[in-house]
Amino acid sequence: MSLEHLDAAPPQSAPGALQTGMTQLLVCGDSGCRSSGGDAVLAALQEAVRRAGAEGQIQLVRTGCHGFCEAGPVVLVEPVHAFYCRVNESDAADMVAAARRGEVLERLLYRPDPQAPPVVHPEDIPFYQKQVKRVLARCGRIDPEEIGDYLAAGGYQALAKALHQMTPEQVIEEVKRSGLRGRGGGGFPTGLKWQLTRQAQGSPKYVICNADEGDPGAFMDRSVLEGDPHSVVEGLILCAYAVGASEGFIYVRAEYPMAVKTLRRAIAQARERGFLGRNILGSGMDFELHIKEGAGAFVCGEETALMASIEGRRGMPRPRPPFPAQSGLWGKPTNINNVETYANVPMIITRGADWYAALGTERSKGTKVFALTGRINHTGLVEVPMGITLREIIYDVGGGIRGGRKFKAVQIGGPSGGCLSAQHLDLPIDYDSLTAAGAMMGSGGLVTLDETTCMVDLARFFMNFMRNESCGKCTPCREGTQRMLETLERICGGQGTLDDLSYLEKTGQVMKRASLCGLGQTAPNPVLSTLRYFRAEYEAHILEHRCPAGVCKALLAYYIEADLCRGCGKCARQCPAGAITGEPKHPYQIDPEKCVRCGGCVDACAFDAVRTA
Amino acid sequence: MANGAQDGSRLVQVQAPAQRFAYLQAAVDDAAAEGQRGEELLIPLLQAVQGKFGYLPAEDLAAVAEILHVPLSRVYGVATFYNQFRLTPVGKHIIRSCTGTACHVKGAQMLRDALQAELGIAPGQTTPDGRFTWELVACLGACGMAPVIMIDDEFHGRLTPQQLPRILRTYSA
Repeated sequence: MSLEHLDAAPPQSAPGALQTGMTQLLVCGDSGCRSSGGDAVLAALQEAVRRAGAEGQIQLVRTGCHGFCEAGPVVLVEPVHAFYCRVNESDAADMVAAARRGEVLERLLYRPDPQAPPVVHPEDIPFYQKQVKRVLARCGRIDPEEIGDYLAAGGYQALAKALHQMTPEQVIEEVKRSGLRGRGGGGFPTGLKWQLTRQAQGSPKYVICNADEGDPGAFMDRSVLEGDPHSVVEGLILCAYAVGASEGFIYVRAEYPMAVKTLRRAIAQARERGFLGRNILGSGMDFELHIKEGAGAFVCGEETALMASIEGRRGMPRPRPPFPAQSGLWGKPTNINNVETYANVPMIITRGADWYAALGTERSKGTKVFALTGRINHTGLVEVPMGITLREIIYDVGGGIRGGRKFKAVQIGGPSGGCLSAQHLDLPIDYDSLTAAGAMMGSGGLVTLDETTCMVDLARFFMNFMRNESCGKCTPCREGTQRMLETLERICGGQGTLDDLSYLEKTGQVMKRASLCGLGQTAPNPVLSTLRYFRAEYEAHILEHRCPAGVCKALLAYYIEADLCRGCGKCARQCPAGAITGEPKHPYQIDPEKCVRCGGCVDACAFDAVRTA
Repeated sequence: MANGAQDGSRLVQVQAPAQRFAYLQAAVDDAAAEGQRGEELLIPLLQAVQGKFGYLPAEDLAAVAEILHVPLSRVYGVATFYNQFRLTPVGKHIIRSCTGTACHVKGAQMLRDALQAELGIAPGQTTPDGRFTWELVACLGACGMAPVIMIDDEFHGRLTPQQLPRILRTYSA
C-alpha cells in the first residue's frame, strides 16, 4: 500500500472500522473493567443483540480502557454519545432496547451524587473535564484488534508522511523541536536520544520499546498497549526510520498476557498492510518488529538489564557509558524508549512540533498519563497536560479523598519516586518540579494516601520491594536495601532509635551516589522523601511507640469501648485467636496477650465499639 | 565453545534433540521463522517448557542447554533469576496475590492473611491436594480495582476477606 492508496481509502470503508449509521456500544475490555465483571456484560450484550435480531443495527465493540475504572464496567454509546457506568449483565436487554430506539438509558448514566441530575456525555463528567486526551485519544473509542479502526482514526498517516515527505534528519528535528521527553522516568529529551543513535557508528542498529512496566501501582503502558497498540507500533517504525534501524523489539512484562496478545495481532496486521517488513509503503525501508516476553524481573526496566534479558542472559545492568546509543543490543547502536514515549511520536509528525509544544510547561511539553489509584474517589487512568497541579488531579479529576477523609500525601513515581505532602498540592507537575521536590515523574503511578496510611510502613513496603528486586550485582544496592529494610522493620516494630533515622539518611545517600543503576540509585527515594516531609511520624514510632495511622500492628492495642458495646458477640465469633470473651448483652473484652491484631473485630463491629490505641 | 553472546554473532548450531524434546525443537523452529537464533532463545525456550509442564523439569533444562550449546549452569542461572520460572510442579489453579502499592494501601495484607487461613499454606506453596498454588506478584496492573487477586486468568477485584471462601469454591479440585 502506498501513500496514495492510504489517502484514497475513505475512513468509513476501512474494514473493521466503526460503521456509520449504526449504533455502537463500546464496551471496555480492559483489566480494570474485567475485574468488575466487564466480560460478563459483553457476553450478555451479545446475547441481547442476538435475541433482538439487531445485528444489523447495533455494533458491539470491545475496546481498551476508557480511564474511569472506578465506574466500571463502562460502556460508551455512539452516536448519542452517552456514557454508562457500573453496568450489570441484567442491564443488557434494556441497553439494547434503548439503543435501537436511539434513546439514552437514564438509570445507567453517571451522577455526581445520588440527588444530582444525570450526566449524559463523558466530557461533562468532572473526571474527564480537566483531562486532555492525546495518547489516550483512541483508547476506548476503537477496536484495538482491528487495524481498520486505527486507519480510520488517522493512523499510519504519520508514517506515510515521514517516509514520503521527510528525511530521517527532519523527523529527528521535528521530535527535538516538540520538546518530547522520555515518559519512562528520567525525562531525557527523545529527539536528542534519536540523534545520538543515528550518528553512532555501527550496523545494524536496533530500536527497542520498553514495555516492562514494573512499578507497583502503575498500568499506563498496559492500557495503551491493550487499547491502542498501533500507536506504539507506528511510533517504533518512525523511530527506526529516523535512526536507521532495520530490526526492533518490544519487551513486554510477563504479567501482561493480554497486551502480548493484542500486540501480536497488531504486528501481524501491520505486516499484512505493508507497514512492516520489506520496502515499507514503497519507500525502500525494511523493518521487522519482534515481541520479547519478559520473565518477571523489575530490574529489567533498566535499559542495560533489559537488553541483557533480550540477549537471553540474567537481567543485570552494566555501567554506562557506553550508552545504548553507542553500544546497546549485541554491542550495536540501539535506541530505547518506553511505550508512552513512542505513542506520542505519530501525532508530532502529523500535527507538527509547534502544535505539540503549545501544551505544557517551559521544559516539559505535552501531556502525561497517570494511573490514579489509592484512597481516592475516582480511581482510573488519566491524561493531563504537563503543568497541572496535584490539587487539580486529586480533587477535580480524582474527585477528592474517599470517605471524606483528609488528604495526607501522594506517592508518585513508584518505588523510585517519593511522597509529596499537602504543601505540594499547588505544585505544577513537570519533570523538574518533581525532581526538585525529591520525587520523580517515574512512569506515572500516582497513589493517593489519606490519614489511614502509615508513611513508615509505606517506606518499608517499597524498601521490601526493592530488596526483593535488587539483582545483587553491586554492593551499595544489594546491601543497602537489606540494611535499610531491617532498620525500617525495627522502627515499625517499635524497636527503633533516633540513630536509626540518621543511619537511614546516610545509607540512602551512599546508595544514591554509588549504586550501579537506576534501581539502586533511586531505591532510597521513598524513605528519604518521607523522612523529609513526615519525620514526625517516624519520631512517633520511636519516641512514643505509637503508629499515628494505626497501621503498624506491633504498636497497636485493641480494646472495646464498654459504653458502645451492645454485647452482640459478633466480634468474638469473628476472632481467629479466641481473644474476645464476654456474655451476651454485656460489654465484651479483648485479651491483649491472645490478640493477633488482625483487625477483624473492628470490621465485624456494627457499633464502632472496637478501638485501637 | 561456539557461543553467540561472546563472539558477537547470533548464530549457534542447533542439534537434533531426542523425541521427548520435540516440542523444544518446534519452539526453536518457530523462533527461527521470526529471525531469532542462538542464546537469544534461552528465555523463550524456558517459557515454552513452563508453558508445557507448568514448571521447569530438570531434564528439560538439560535439553535446552544442549540445544543452545550453552552450559547447564547458565540455563540454571537464568531460570533462577526471573520470578516467572519455577523449578517445582504447580497445582491445578494458580492464585496470584497482588502486592502492589494500590492494593497495599487498600488492605492486601488482610486478604493474604485470609488466604493463608483458607488455604493452609504459605505464599509460594501448593496445597497438599494439588488444587491451588499460591504466589505473590509485584503488581497485576489492575490498580483501579484494588485489592486484586488473579486466579488462573481471571481477575477478582475490590475484594474483601469475607468473599474469598465463596470465590475459591468456584475453582474445581
